[in-house]
Amino acid sequence: IMNLIINEGVSVFMVVINVALFTVTFLYYSSQEAFSYTRVMLGSGLAFARASATCVNLNCMVILLPVSRNLVSLLRGSCTCRCRVLRKQLDKNITFHRVVGYLLVFHSVVHVIAHLSNIERYHESQSTEAGELLLKLSSLGDRLNESFLNPIRTYNTTPTKEVLVNVSGLSGLVITLVLALMVTSSTEFIRRSSYEVFWFTHHFFVVFLVGLVIHGIGGIVRGQTAESLLMHNVSYCREHLDEWGDVDQCPLPHFRGSDPASWKWIIAPSLLYICERILRFTRSLQPVAITKVVTHPSNVVELQMTKTGFRMEPGQYVYLQCPAIAPLEWHPFTLTSAPEEDHFSVHVRVAGDWTAALYCVHHLTQGASMPNKPLAVDGPFGSASRDVFRYEVSVCIAAGIGVTPFASVLKSLQYKSSNPRKLYFFWICRDTTAFEWFRDLLLSLEGDTTGTGRLVSFHIYLTSWDDAQARHITLHRDSQRDVVTGFREKTFFGRPNWDQEFRSIADSHPGSNIGVFLCGPKAISKVIRKMCSTHSTSTLRGVHFHFNKERF
Amino acid sequence: MGKIEWAMWANEQALASGLILLTGGIVGVAGQFRNWQFAAYGIAAGIFICLLEYPRGCKAKGNGVQRPGQYCLTVCVKAFGPLTRNYYIRALLHAALCVPGAFILCTVLGCVCLAIASIIYLLAAVRGEQWLPILPRAEPREKPGESIKEPPQNPPPRPPAEMRRKRAEDMEGAAYTNPMPVMPNEY
Repeated sequence: IMNLIINEGVSVFMVVINVALFTVTFLYYSSQEAFSYTRVMLGSGLAFARASATCVNLNCMVILLPVSRNLVSLLRGSCTCRCRVLRKQLDKNITFHRVVGYLLVFHSVVHVIAHLSNIERYHESQSTEAGELLLKLSSLGDRLNESFLNPIRTYNTTPTKEVLVNVSGLSGLVITLVLALMVTSSTEFIRRSSYEVFWFTHHFFVVFLVGLVIHGIGGIVRGQTAESLLMHNVSYCREHLDEWGDVDQCPLPHFRGSDPASWKWIIAPSLLYICERILRFTRSLQPVAITKVVTHPSNVVELQMTKTGFRMEPGQYVYLQCPAIAPLEWHPFTLTSAPEEDHFSVHVRVAGDWTAALYCVHHLTQGASMPNKPLAVDGPFGSASRDVFRYEVSVCIAAGIGVTPFASVLKSLQYKSSNPRKLYFFWICRDTTAFEWFRDLLLSLEGDTTGTGRLVSFHIYLTSWDDAQARHITLHRDSQRDVVTGFREKTFFGRPNWDQEFRSIADSHPGSNIGVFLCGPKAISKVIRKMCSTHSTSTLRGVHFHFNKERF
Repeated sequence: MGKIEWAMWANEQALASGLILLTGGIVGVAGQFRNWQFAAYGIAAGIFICLLEYPRGCKAKGNGVQRPGQYCLTVCVKAFGPLTRNYYIRALLHAALCVPGAFILCTVLGCVCLAIASIIYLLAAVRGEQWLPILPRAEPREKPGESIKEPPQNPPPRPPAEMRRKRAEDMEGAAYTNPMPVMPNEY
């Protein structure tokens, strides 16, 4: 549990705030004198509806912040001090966004159920079978100079019609529908199988937020005005309904709808988000020149580009857009060049329609007949990999395609003179096809025995092989260079024994802070996280493993 | 936006609509509001839709991610054959099921969500998609042939000694092809 709190600190904090706010608002509306007559009509439905509404406002306020990528990058960049904890939390921005999303859905459900019940009760309070007090309260507002409590004025209607005719009701229905659509298109399955459906539908959040602001305008939730409370003694007048208007203690009560409050909660984050989108758009308008296109084996194309004012750090990623292929689609790619080089590059592997189209466009044209604006680039956006240089010893673990951020890191290492003292690089993949370009980089590093080559020790683990390969490898066991990769360092087969590896690293570097960087799937992340906590000693002088995970 | 499988999203939307309809129905019945019988219908329809939509079909490429515990329902849904396979019928079914939900407030949301799911199913049907069940493939595992139990009695036939002797100057020529074809399993 402690681990959960440390790792998902912000999300846990959000849940706690939600619970606290819900409880406080619930108790407020359950006990406030101004709402006592409303409570007579609605029971606890009022408190539930208001408490969940306040939480919805809170969550809407917060939900836009983690997806303002530039804001997150800015915050991360400004933490140059040793606030690793904060930076770790910033990495989890998408998790946070999802947690807040779930909370939003939960509170919306509570709110909808509460109001369904409320509206039906308002309707029933107009029926002749309702109690005396209810009928009396419902009749208020029929005559001049009276303010109404019951928004439904007659029994001769259906709740559905009342909802559809009312601004709040209609907007509530529309935004709940939008929310339902956003939820169903955001499930992991849909995100993986048809990302465009998710991306496009998710942008309906604009409708949701606008509708949310409109939703409060109707003023359906009504409470007694302060002046009326002073004059109208609720506890006495409840029992003496016939004396209302005639006796001094019981002038007719006056009611007022609560002012819409949602806009106050969401205006600041909405403005921030609008600025973010404008920034993204203006950045994308800046011209990007493609200086070189290199085709690598296994359908990988490397695009080297330049853009005025582009500054990157190793391990960051950019969003690419190709107007010729799809004007609305932006796809993230990790930067594979070092910041010290005069260009920036991405390696794009053909994995779907868009990448296949990109490959065709660039591979076939090869700079010959480039369209006017070949690509637009947004970014770069931060990630954990640039912290590699802040530790004395770094352990980089890449699984499969997760190797790309480390390409940039390793290239950049060649230009740096200080930290880290030592870098352990673990690469686990099925086979090295599709990553021949990375292998060449490692080969050149290995050959560099005087410079960076000394700093890096890499271990490659191949997890899939067939019989023919196994035979071939066994026959060449004693050769100088590894037969599969060509390195001097032999490749291992199967998965690494993390316990052993971590122990040997801990023994070679006692008393140091070791940064562990992982880019790969969730399963391995759990294992590595556990290893980090197991092998970190609790004493101050002992070795500490700090876990950082990259996420795509 | 080429290869979007609308049926997958329609399935998620329909499942969600079933749950919304069910919840609305429970609220209506619990509150005993006017015309609560429609809410009772909402509960029944909601449960039916959830059961129908829970088993996820496989994608056009044949792969599919199962929902936990969906095997029994897959078998049931598959048993109805073309009624469940065809998305036009599903679209029509959902459109019909959603209508009674429009009569009382509690089920209106479920009704509209289901109507949208029906429209997406219609879109999927127009594009020719179909519901195909995800069933575990029962592949017989390859057993090694019987000959593995009987090792050969004689060495394999070799050419005479002078041919076998490797000549240093002619490595290429010294290589020979095996006269007998070698196969992994001999039955």
